[in-house]
Amino acid sequence: MLRFLLPLCVFLVLVAFLAVGLTLNPREVPSPLINKPVPAFTLAQLHKPDMVFSQKDMQGQVWLLNVWASWCVSCREEHPLLVELAKSGVVPLVGLNYKDKADEGKAWLKRLGDPYLLSVTDTDGRVGIDFGVYGVPETFVIDRQGIIRYKQIGAITPQTLERKILPLVRELQRNSAPAAPNS
Amino acid sequence: MNPGGFNGESDAYRRDDARAAMMKRFSGMVSHVLHAVRALPGSASAVIVILLALLPMAVWSAEAVPTDQDPVRENRAMHLSEQLRCLVCQNQSIAESNAELAVDLRRQIREQIRDGRSDAEIVDFMVQRYGDFVLYRPPLKATTILLWTGPALLLLIGATILVRNVRARRRRPEEAALTEEEHRQAELILKG
Repeated sequence: MLRFLLPLCVFLVLVAFLAVGLTLNPREVPSPLINKPVPAFTLAQLHKPDMVFSQKDMQGQVWLLNVWASWCVSCREEHPLLVELAKSGVVPLVGLNYKDKADEGKAWLKRLGDPYLLSVTDTDGRVGIDFGVYGVPETFVIDRQGIIRYKQIGAITPQTLERKILPLVRELQRNSAPAAPNS
Repeated sequence: MNPGGFNGESDAYRRDDARAAMMKRFSGMVSHVLHAVRALPGSASAVIVILLALLPMAVWSAEAVPTDQDPVRENRAMHLSEQLRCLVCQNQSIAESNAELAVDLRRQIREQIRDGRSDAEIVDFMVQRYGDFVLYRPPLKATTILLWTGPALLLLIGATILVRNVRARRRRPEEAALTEEEHRQAELILKG
C-alpha cells in the first residue's frame, strides 16, 4: 500500500507548490527599500523648471510617488485611476517623470489629465536608480516619517487600489499627525 | 569636463557632424567616377556602379559606445557588469543587455569607478537599491540554501533509492522451479 501512497503524496505536494507558483509573477523583483527611508533627491519641477522639489517637502504627510513617462503604455492604463484618486483628495500624488522629455511629459499630462500635486523631471534616470526603478510605472507609498511602506510594481489596478493601497494609506494617515512644520 | 579628455556624449555628437560633411564630399567624388564607369561594357559597369554607389554608406557605420579611456578601469567596469543582472531582461547580465536600464547602470558603474569606489562598494550600492536579485550569481544565504543544494540533494535521494532497490532485488530468493508433481497438478487445475 505504501508503495503507491508515497509517490502519490509526493505528486500532491508537487502539485500544491506548482499551484501556488501559478499565482506568482516570476518577473517581479521585491523592493529592498520597504521600511527604509525614501531616497533623498532634489529635482526640478516639470511645469516650473526653475523651482526644485525635494522629498523633505513632503515630510509629515502620507504621500504617493508615481513613476511615469509619456512613452510608457501601461501608464496610460493606470492614469484614469490616478486622476480619480487625486479628485477624491485622499492622498497627494507626486509624479516622477522618468527618462522623458519635458515637453512630451507636459503634453501627455495636458492630454490625459494631471493628478499630481507636482511632477519632477528625472531626465537621466539617476533618481530612478536610487528608488530601484526597473520598469514604468511604479508607485511608492510613503508615510509621514518619510519611510517607504509599499511599492507597486506595474500599473495600479482597481483591485490593488481597493485592497492594498487605500487601506494602507488610511492606516498610515491615522498614525501620528505631522510633528514639525514643513521647512 | 576635462579639457583634451574624452567626454563621451558631446564628442560623439561632434563626430556625427563631421561624418555628415564627409559624406557630402564623398557623394560628389562618386558622381565623377560614375561618369567614367558608364563607358565600361554592360554588366561590369552595372556592378561597379552599384558598389560605388554604396561606398558612402561606410560613413554611417556605428562606433562602439565611448568607453572609459583607461583599460584597467574599463576591465573593472566590464567585470562588475558581468556580475550584475539586468532587471529588465532578467536572464542577462548588464554587460550583455541592451536595455536602457542596463546602459544607465553601466554608466553608473563607470562613474563610481572613476570616483574611486571599491568593487564591493559598487555591488553593495546596487544590492541596496535592487535587492539580492541584481546579483547574477545568487548569494549563499539561508533563503537560497535550497536553491544551491537542491540539485545535489535530489541526486543523493535518487541515488539512495536506487541503491536500496537494487540491493533488495538481489536479496530476494530465486523462485524454485516447479517439481514434476506440482507441474501436473497445475495443468489439471488449468484444464479443469
